[in-house]
Amino acid sequence: MNTRLLPLCATLLICLIAYAACVFQFPAMFSTRVAGNLLTDNAFLGIAAVGMTFVILSGGIDLSVGSVIAFTGVLLAVLITHYGVHPLIAFAIALLITTAFGASMGAIIHYLEVPSFIVTLAGMFLARGMCFVMTTDSIPIDHPFYTALQGLFYRLPGGGRLTFIGCLMVLVFLVGIVVAHFSKFGSYIYAVGGNRTSAELMGVPVARTTIGIYAMSGFLSGLAGIVFSLYTSAGYSLAAVGVELDTIAAVVIGGTLLTGGVGYIAGTFIGVIIQGIIQTYIVFDGTLSSWWTKIVVGVLLFSFIALQRILVFLSLKRTTATSGG
Amino acid sequence: MIRLNTAALTKAMPQLLSLMLILFLNYLAFPGFFEIRLQDGRLFGSLIDVLNRGAPVIILAIGMTAVIASRGVDLSVGAVMAVSGALAATMTVAGYPLPVVIVAALGTGLACGLWNGILVAYFDLQPIVATLILMVAGRGIAQLITEGSIVTFTEPGLIFFGTGSFAGIPMPILIAVSLLVVAIAVVRRTAIGLLIESIGINRSASSYAGLNSKLLLLVIYGFCGFCASLAGIIIAADIRGADANNAGLWLELDAILAVVVGGTSLFGGRFSILMSALGAVIIQAMNTGILLSGFPPEYNLILKALVIIVILLAQSFSSLGGWAFLKGEFRSKGGKRQ
Repeated sequence: MNTRLLPLCATLLICLIAYAACVFQFPAMFSTRVAGNLLTDNAFLGIAAVGMTFVILSGGIDLSVGSVIAFTGVLLAVLITHYGVHPLIAFAIALLITTAFGASMGAIIHYLEVPSFIVTLAGMFLARGMCFVMTTDSIPIDHPFYTALQGLFYRLPGGGRLTFIGCLMVLVFLVGIVVAHFSKFGSYIYAVGGNRTSAELMGVPVARTTIGIYAMSGFLSGLAGIVFSLYTSAGYSLAAVGVELDTIAAVVIGGTLLTGGVGYIAGTFIGVIIQGIIQTYIVFDGTLSSWWTKIVVGVLLFSFIALQRILVFLSLKRTTATSGG
Repeated sequence: MIRLNTAALTKAMPQLLSLMLILFLNYLAFPGFFEIRLQDGRLFGSLIDVLNRGAPVIILAIGMTAVIASRGVDLSVGAVMAVSGALAATMTVAGYPLPVVIVAALGTGLACGLWNGILVAYFDLQPIVATLILMVAGRGIAQLITEGSIVTFTEPGLIFFGTGSFAGIPMPILIAVSLLVVAIAVVRRTAIGLLIESIGINRSASSYAGLNSKLLLLVIYGFCGFCASLAGIIIAADIRGADANNAGLWLELDAILAVVVGGTSLFGGRFSILMSALGAVIIQAMNTGILLSGFPPEYNLILKALVIIVILLAQSFSSLGGWAFLKGEFRSKGGKRQ
């Protein structure tokens, strides 16, 4: 079997086992209600995680995700509530700004040859600072268009709700899979992440690809911000603190190598769902505190990284064995 | 003890100039900025305040410099601060004597650092990934220790570390300066500094040259964890309580920023602990300046972002031979890079 698929299979297996264990203890968790809520509650996380997967596949990292989500939320709230702009126009403005923001970070990373870590750190400070400059209050959004979007859901048998934002997340994942595995841009991303120098020598437009990756991450963070503002009906500058860590964790748990070049978008989806299951379990249990989420996610991160190291070690051993060295 | 030759001073010029500029702007915003007075046997004044508030980041930056010089990064220092602060507060409330509390808290920090070091050195993980684990899980562990509440204490011995003073100098400054002196002495008076630079520049070459790079990395990360726990104790003592959620939040980023402002490259190699401490002071002077001038403290983030961008531009400019180009003696691109 292809060793590259092994982390993905392990993730899927752990997800199924975790869900089965939850259902065994709380039979009520086996319902379309819980499944629908898993999608709705983690919609913004999932959308941001798709962007993060592309960035990590290219060998980079984007720390600005959480701040950009908060920035989008505050911007939407200010535009809609204070200036009376129609939400659709506000969405377009927000997505335009976040995409340009991501693209400029990509340009700095490529042309100034600085680590993505420090550039996106500056982006994180900048976006969070811009939130505070706009407002430090939590601004509610009360617009008929929002109410209409929030009321848009498909009732599953069993009372579960497939909401608009939940479906949007699934759609983003599907588009992400298509882009990653069935488009030229996707293969460029894998090439740059695998080995940048050889990608450049093969004729991959590295500049365009790098800027495109971060622009896409910016766009998806903006979209996640829109979803988050639909989810909470408010814009708050301190919202979504630390979401970048959750998304990175989801990507790693999903079997993507942080060294770049190896991984699947679908794995990230499972990573997001695993985090959602842990949270749901804690809610169902009622006596555990939410900080257990962090510890369990930390333990999962460690196990997956260890698993990846073992796999890489084994495959290296096999290549040296077959090449006779 | 530190050879301050003119070359070192020229190298530190950008940082010194920007510190002076920030201090001058602070003076414009608040005319009493440079006043220092002795009251109740303790020094007071804005300058002292800058050092006092900056002490935790200075301490973090000392450990972080060693880690970054070895071509790594430690994202977990903020979480380690929360863990050791939580442990110190909880043990104090439970009635343990002060020495036991301090040793336990510092030991925990050391253990956290060693854990990171094992992952980086022996498991060969990327430092960002290895320390990310503890960054995520650490706050959870801290919450577990405090059982989700903010543990407050009134034990004067522990509080002394945060608000006490010795010979008129506040304790945080005293701790930070002593650590700074010891660290510089150890790094520059022994071969350790050179060895750290060597593994930062090329780890496998250093290993081939007979250097036990795994053990050295373990020591470096352990030291960084130790520094983080020291900063955690100071912050907990300062507010007389341990807040597992907010203690040391984002301070890892401040520490990294301080090291970068100090001129140590994120690609490892040549480093200066003193310059990192200067970087931490610059950051704190900016913080204090914004508070004194009456701007909302949130502007700090934008200022920090701009500082990072300017430094990146300057570093990239000089590494691409920009200065030489301006002087009209543009030589080859290589060679200039360190």
